[in-house]
Parts: sequence; structure tokens; C-alpha cells
Amino acid sequence: MNFETIIGLEVHVELKTESKMFSPAPAHFGAEPNTNTNVIDLGYPGVLPVVNKTAVDWAMKAALALNCEITRHTKFDRKNYFYPDNPKAYQISQFDQPIGEHGWVEIEVNGEKKRIGITRLHMEEDAGKLTHTGNGHSLVDFNRQGTPLIEIVSEPDIRTADEAYAYLEKIKAIIQYTGVSDVRMEEGSLRCDANISLRPYGQEQFGTKTELKNLNSFNYVRKGIEHEQVRQEQVLLSGGIIEQETRRYDETTGKTLLMRVKEGSDDYRYFPEPDLVDIVIDDAWLERVRAEIPELPDARKARYVAELGLSSYDAMVLTLAKPISDFFEATVEAGADAKLASNWLMGEVSAYMNAEQKELSETALTPEGLAGMIKLISDGTISSKIAKKVFKELIEKGGDANDIVKAKGLVQISDENTLREFVTAALDNNPQSIEDFKNGKDRAIGFLVGQIMKQTKGQANPPLLNKILLEEIAKR
Amino acid sequence: MAKMTKEEVIEVAHLARLAITDEEAVHFADQLEAITNAMELLNELDTENVEPTTHVLQMVNVLREDKSVPGLDRELVLKNVKEHEAGQVKVPTILE
Repeated sequence: MNFETIIGLEVHVELKTESKMFSPAPAHFGAEPNTNTNVIDLGYPGVLPVVNKTAVDWAMKAALALNCEITRHTKFDRKNYFYPDNPKAYQISQFDQPIGEHGWVEIEVNGEKKRIGITRLHMEEDAGKLTHTGNGHSLVDFNRQGTPLIEIVSEPDIRTADEAYAYLEKIKAIIQYTGVSDVRMEEGSLRCDANISLRPYGQEQFGTKTELKNLNSFNYVRKGIEHEQVRQEQVLLSGGIIEQETRRYDETTGKTLLMRVKEGSDDYRYFPEPDLVDIVIDDAWLERVRAEIPELPDARKARYVAELGLSSYDAMVLTLAKPISDFFEATVEAGADAKLASNWLMGEVSAYMNAEQKELSETALTPEGLAGMIKLISDGTISSKIAKKVFKELIEKGGDANDIVKAKGLVQISDENTLREFVTAALDNNPQSIEDFKNGKDRAIGFLVGQIMKQTKGQANPPLLNKILLEEIAKR
Repeated sequence: MAKMTKEEVIEVAHLARLAITDEEAVHFADQLEAITNAMELLNELDTENVEPTTHVLQMVNVLREDKSVPGLDRELVLKNVKEHEAGQVKVPTILE
């Protein structure tokens, strides 16, 4: 029997506001432990939360960017639970009137487009960070307590680990474009849990689902889902039943392990938050926020294909991360050919970023620098091979491509007479190669080109060199 | 009229992290049953066209600007903490 996998994802995104959701303490990542808290975060008796207006604006902005309908009369609810990461013993969240509902994003996997529904997007506050030291105790840092969060819950529309990956990439890109979060998984400003169940093909009713936690990168989401799929299939095929439980993905073994049997939502005893009044969003507020939404990845992608002639795939890759996409636009703006700019960004630039583990902004490369270099390639001043030397200088030290080419004497040799001298010398020194070529060994040409490139320090204009070389051989 | 069982009382007590004995659970089951049954009386009212009341004041949109003030001095934060280490609160490990 074959099973169909049903996946739903819950994505938590930290908003990068200056202060917290309900308190004026700073909401910044990376501070010394327990230095960004106040009495509201710490749950002191008698304190009252007050809602951060920017956090509501930004939650709404994210909801609109994800095609959600905005709930005009929204409110906060109290979710009760005991755990050392939260000194209040409850989290302020939204239960039945989330700020956004019925949204969707479009993903593309293996060339096929698919729309994934978003059930809801709600506002809540983050909890503190627990570090388990492994000897029976844990350390708690409350800096994160109260940081504004949005939780984005997908419909169970996802069927494969690849679709889950594509969905996360899309959510990350859209949120990044709106500018409301850094969406950095390694810093915890984007987190993901996965709900997975199996059902026999053709069956309408969903099977029992398990929830997968501790998925700390997009790759772990993919691997965790793949593992859980196989585990559930084995349980079902051997006649067992799937328990509704929370499982933890173990990065070292690639397996999922039981954490706890899941409590129902009743156990959280949600009730309307008595310390906060409702929020009513009128047309003026909604339209003000809507007007602040910039061009989103899908729109940019379409524009790159239609106006700049890029392939759909290239346009998709370029628009995944806003810094790259912005850089690309500035490079084209500075006069570079769009196709070449796209090739360099997706090729050498991203290879350098990966190898050095650096963000684009941490390198010395500027759009003007890259555009200058591309213009030199386009007008034949330098070859693509020489460009790699110029590029290394530009991305490591910055500066102007023209200046680098002049200072280093990298200008391409395109003067026929000069090239002919090099060719003549090479042929005089390598009579065997001439003979080999005439006997049908095409490789001999490659050898000769290599010799001449060595002599010219790689600066010979390649097409011109080839042409002259063939002419001169023919004469011998 | 709904029946409140001892098991339900024990479960609710656990959610609230209250330690109760079996005897107490039986005792509270009777009391809670009386209370919930009294609340049931409210269901006799027709509330079809009545908005739920979560606040007595008709006030909405109480919001603050996104301005931060420095956090509390860490020494103060940790002053009432039983045990701390490296600026963090030390607690027994509770695995979820």
C-alpha cells in the first residue's frame, strides 16, 4: 500500500522592532544575558502590558504580503503553561481572532507551480532562552522574553519535503522583502515546526499527525520530514498506529525522537487577555500599512523575466534574498548588462560568499564596482578570464575596475600585430605542434594557445588569438 | 447536569501544578460539580444576539510607540533568584 504524506508547517518569525511586544525593554538579539528585561517581561505582580503599535503594523504588513485577509476586530488571549522559559506562566497570544487569515503563497518545485494556503497569522510574544547544561540543571536568559513574534500556520497543503523547503524559502523571502524581520534561522528569528501525517492514497480523512521540533535549518526541515515519513510508513505497514505526539529531530543521527505526548489545546486554557483591550483596524490604518509594502519577490521575478530577459530560474534564484536582488538592480542601474550581472552574482559572487561565509554587505564589492568590471568585459577591454582577477580585487579590496585593470596592466591585447608576433614566436618554438595539428590532432591548438597565454600573462584576446593562430599555421 | 469526576479534578490540578490527595480530589469534585452546574443555568438564556463581553470598558486600540528604554540592572533582576550562574537563572532541567 502506498501512502500520501500530508505536511503543514508552523513558522515563527521574530519582528525586529526596537522594543518588545508588551514592554519597553529593548528587543535586540545578542545582548549579555538578562540585560534586556524589565518587570513586565519578568512577570512581576501588578504590572500591565501595553501593545507595541509598530509590532501590530508589521504583523499586518506580513499578513497582507502573504495574501491574508485582515481581521478588523482582533484581540489577544492568554495561553497558560508552566515552563521555566516563561516567568509569567502564560504567553500572550491570539486564539480565535488572529490578525490574519486565509492567505496563500505560490511555490514552484521541479517547474510545477502550486499554491499553499495559509490558515492564519497571529501575534504573540517570544519566551526566554533555555540552555540545558546536561548536568541536571538549565540556565535561563530572559532577554528574548516578550520579543514580538508572528506565527504563520500553513494549510495541510504540502505533500513532499521539497515542497516544504520551497514554501519556507518563499515565506522567508516575502517576510525579508517587507523588512519586518531579519528571518535568520541561525539567530532564531525564523523557526519552524512541521506537522506530518500519512494516509493511503485515495483516502480523504487525514491520519494522526506528529509534530516535529528542533528543525534548525531548512535542510533539517527537509531531512526531518523525510525521516518521519519513512518512520510512520514502517509503523503503519507493521500494523501499528501513530500516536499524536511531539518528536524532536536529532541533527547527529538524522532521526526523530519522542519528546512528549501532545497536550490538546484545551490544556492551555486559553481565555481573552484581561490586561489588554481589543484592537480595531479601520480602513485608514489598513491602507496606510498596505501602502508601505514594497515590490515582493514574485513581482520582481516577473519583471526580471519580462523586462530584463532573464530566464525564469535565474530570476527566481536572484529574488530569493532581498540583498542580492537589490544589488543586482543597482548593478544594472549602473550600466551593466543584466544577463552578465545575473551570471556573476549567481556564480562568482555567491561562490565567494559561501566559501568565506560572508554576507554580500560584508564584502568590499559595490554595484558600481561590479558594473564597471562587466562593462570592461562587454567592450572587450578584458577577457572573462582576466575579469576573475579583477573580481577578486574588487570583492576583497573594493575600488574601480578600470583603475585595477590599469594599475595591474591587465588590459586585453587586441592589437593584431602584437598578437601575431607572439604567435610567430610560439610556432617557431614548437614545430612539433604544427605537425601534430596538420596530422589531425586538434589538441595541438590548445597547447599553442596555452603557451601564448602564458607569454601574455593571460591578456591575449581569445577569439582574435585563435583567428591569427589558424592563419599563421596555414601559412607554414 | 454534568458530572465532575475525581480524574478530571486531578487532571486540572496537574495543569495548575497543584498537589492534591485522592481524598481532596473527591472532595473538590463535589464542590466543582456544584459550581459548574450553577454556571450551566446561564445556558438557559438566549444570547444569540449578545456580543461576548471581555472587557467592561468600551475602549479599544490602547497602543504605545515603539521606543525602548534600557533594561533593568542585571543585579536587580537576579536579586530574588534562588540560584544563578554566569548572569543566568539556574533551574532544574525539565525536559518537555
